[in-house]
Amino acid sequence: MAERRDRLPVRKTYKLYIGGAFPRSESGRTYEAEGQNVARASRKDVRDAVRSARAAQPKWAGMTAYNRGQVLYRVAEMLEARTREFAELTGDEAEVHAAVDRFVWYAGWADKLAQVLGSANPVAGSYFNFTVPEPTGVVGVLVPDEPPLLGLVSRLAPAVVGGNAAVVVASESRPLAAIELAEVLATSDVPGGVVNLLTGFRSELAPVLAAHMDVNALDVTGADGDIPELERLAADNVKRVVRGSVEDQSPWEIAGFLELKTVWHPMGV
Amino acid sequence: MLVLRLLEDQIERLRHAVAPSAQHARGGGAEARRVVELGADEVDMVVDRGAFLAGRYAKVYDEIVQVKEAVGETHLKVILEVGELGTYDNVRRASLLAIAAGADFIKTSTGKLSSSATLPVTLVMLEAIRDVFDETGRRVGMKPAGGIRNAKQAVQTLVLVHETLGLDWLTPDLFRFGASSLLNDVLMQIRKQKTGRYQSPDYFTID
Amino acid sequence: MAELEQRGDRTPVPSKWDYASAPESREIVTLAERYGLFIGGEFVEPRSGDYYETIAPADEEPLAEIPQAGAEDVALAVSTAREAFEDGWSAAAPAVRAKYLFRIARILQERSREFAVLESLNGGKPIRESRDVDLPLAAAHFFYYAGWADKLEYAFPHRRPKPLGVAGQIIPWNFPLLMLAWKIAPALAAGNTVVLKPAETTPLSALLFCDVLRQAELPPGVVNIVTGDGATGASLVKSDVDKIAFTGSTEVGKAIQRELAGTGKKLTLELGGKAANIIFDDCALDQAIEGIVNGIYFNQGHVCCAGSRLLVQESIYEPLIEKLKRRLTTLRVGDPLDKNTDVGAINSRQQLDKIEELVAAGNEEGAEIYQPPCRLPEKGYWFVPTVFTNVAQSYRIAQEEIFGPVLSVLTFRTPDEAVEKANNTPYGLSAGVWTEKGSRILWMAQRLEAGVIWANTYNRFDPASPFGGYKESGFGREGGLHGLEPYLDFREDSTEVTRG
Repeated sequence: MAERRDRLPVRKTYKLYIGGAFPRSESGRTYEAEGQNVARASRKDVRDAVRSARAAQPKWAGMTAYNRGQVLYRVAEMLEARTREFAELTGDEAEVHAAVDRFVWYAGWADKLAQVLGSANPVAGSYFNFTVPEPTGVVGVLVPDEPPLLGLVSRLAPAVVGGNAAVVVASESRPLAAIELAEVLATSDVPGGVVNLLTGFRSELAPVLAAHMDVNALDVTGADGDIPELERLAADNVKRVVRGSVEDQSPWEIAGFLELKTVWHPMGV
Repeated sequence: MLVLRLLEDQIERLRHAVAPSAQHARGGGAEARRVVELGADEVDMVVDRGAFLAGRYAKVYDEIVQVKEAVGETHLKVILEVGELGTYDNVRRASLLAIAAGADFIKTSTGKLSSSATLPVTLVMLEAIRDVFDETGRRVGMKPAGGIRNAKQAVQTLVLVHETLGLDWLTPDLFRFGASSLLNDVLMQIRKQKTGRYQSPDYFTID
Repeated sequence: MAELEQRGDRTPVPSKWDYASAPESREIVTLAERYGLFIGGEFVEPRSGDYYETIAPADEEPLAEIPQAGAEDVALAVSTAREAFEDGWSAAAPAVRAKYLFRIARILQERSREFAVLESLNGGKPIRESRDVDLPLAAAHFFYYAGWADKLEYAFPHRRPKPLGVAGQIIPWNFPLLMLAWKIAPALAAGNTVVLKPAETTPLSALLFCDVLRQAELPPGVVNIVTGDGATGASLVKSDVDKIAFTGSTEVGKAIQRELAGTGKKLTLELGGKAANIIFDDCALDQAIEGIVNGIYFNQGHVCCAGSRLLVQESIYEPLIEKLKRRLTTLRVGDPLDKNTDVGAINSRQQLDKIEELVAAGNEEGAEIYQPPCRLPEKGYWFVPTVFTNVAQSYRIAQEEIFGPVLSVLTFRTPDEAVEKANNTPYGLSAGVWTEKGSRILWMAQRLEAGVIWANTYNRFDPASPFGGYKESGFGREGGLHGLEPYLDFREDSTEVTRG
């Protein structure tokens, strides 16, 4: 398309993603990353994000697994459609393809977890006994700085496919891909609050998340040297602390965010 | 077409019933007697949900019996407040209890709670009425209130009545809607059927 | 328009109240006058040169001409599938196979209404069923198995499964598209290619499915569709496939098993049933009635797992039978494309004859028949929902699969007796148990010889839930993790044909 030489582009404003909406930080602060002003989230934004996640989680967990799988597949559809945009942002088209494929891979796990992670247990007695995996609840995710898109997707997809809601702290140095991913999520039938995305200084946000009494699990994959202190803070409400992989994909990455419930019932006339 | 005629007819009756003569009776027989003396055609009472959920069914039963005795021939509608009962089993239980204690009509709720009269709840209540009729020949009426806002929901409910209780219950003596916003939607649907155009609420007065 | 009658001093009551018809439009479907066989990604004329007519069972209207594939056509389809397997599909990355299956699932979802109308038109089942059950489940099946394609190492830890090669699949007329999904989805997920023969009377949804494959850009030859009658099926069984999957009558299943004896070809069979639907006196009665009605009148009783034997505890017999008979009077038999219809048309003249024969036997043997008043259309194949009471275990209507809207009622006193009667049959596909007592549900489930047991529900299907029979109802499972197994080769010594 022929452009007039003096056409001035309309620039995007990069905001947080909380409760399905795109607010600025309540603190009003920003910082500069990748040549843009990006929201610098505060502890109150963390508070709001956890609240949204907690409110949204029961409904997300209550959807059929098939439904959740379809939503994640739709995310892959929407992300694929924006490959060029993301490739420009990350500088690596292969990374974008890998991110799409990762969503597809995890989407297919939603309705299979119970079959691989659960069991019917042959107890010694006239009881029917079964074990089912269930989501732990609200998961805090600290994402590595690189790769900016795949790092996030590799940790986010396994966290939510089993029915958890997530509060994600994005890459500090390269946050733009994360915010664009939030736009993809917002157009993919992901219910508001299931994924919340915060940009800002990890050193400010991680401890708040780690100490939050209403967060059930913490993924420290992107936390670098701060892990011991975060794990100490996490102990105060016995959070499940997970160190995951960015390269690998596996059902064990999902299992780290799941609880196991075992039920007994007598068998008799 | 018939459905809309039936609704028009019922709405007419509703106007009569809702006129100052219907009162809510609480606090047992004395209050109920007073209300009847004042000229009420019908008396509504609400089931003691606290007692019901605590399992004190005899207390719930006695209260209804007392009120029915006090109002005599006047129609007694017993409101179950289904939104608070928690399970369909409880809705059936409360329905049977109310009917056994003398209710002439059982009603889902006062209508203030937004969506009590769901199709499943209505069905459970209609089935209780049907079972009582099968065993004793006694006909009890039903009134869904709370949540029926448009003609489509009303038609679905009427179909439910028709399928469960048959033609005999399709009369205002035994079935009425407790729905204040329903009337205008019915009128809009009638106009749409006649003209083929979807309507706007602006053309239908609220009073 | 109903009449209102005045009754004494009470307000008027309608003397009758008919519902307006609610027809689903046929316009969404475009039929060709004549179809070809779908081989190597294209529609081709049958080398046999033979065609037959497929009709709408609701009014016997001819719909289209369908190829009658001969032995040569079948051989061509199989060799095409073999080529596609060896030249590409088996070597394709599992994640790629997954994506094709996801595409198919999504396209089916988008074209759901079109398929549902076609299914009801060609097969006779009510549009509410094809729209709300068949189509959603078919799409879900593809979606579910898409997710397994690249996760087989987790489905079978410590084993390195490989695809078998070419699967020959023969499906019945009662759930044409759904049975196609049950067969094709796991086969493809496991890395096989397929030659599928739809039932003679219901080829149209399978042929339309080929258009979905075109839209999904599935590589040619991965799925091939050959239409025809039993002879076509027999050719497929005898051909150079690595595996046969068959859903249909027990009689034909046995013939196939005999035919394949000694050949080393893998086989799964999903055959007939005579399921006991067992009602205890502490059941939720109104819900049990709905479950009984669904169990035998859903899809006109053309269901292998239909609850065709009602076993009622004596202590609740009277009220149950009364409620059941009353419920039958509110069933609506009629035009499959009418959204108000509960019970549609019988699929074929042949099936109707079979039903009539067995019902006559029921009357002769001394059972008591009940049929609600029901006016049936003049053209087409129809049967009124029927209940037989006073049935003895030895009656033909208690032993043989009727595959129609006919229920046989027997009674029992104790749970032991219920189990004994329920199991006293060569079949073993499914069973129903209705009681509010949890421990009894589990106790019964333990003892019933059936592959699928429904407690306080009936006819529930899900791609994650394995389905299949005991005894003469067949072997192998479809659905769930276990549904992959019949399409995989677990032998250590077989040649490596896949990578990735």
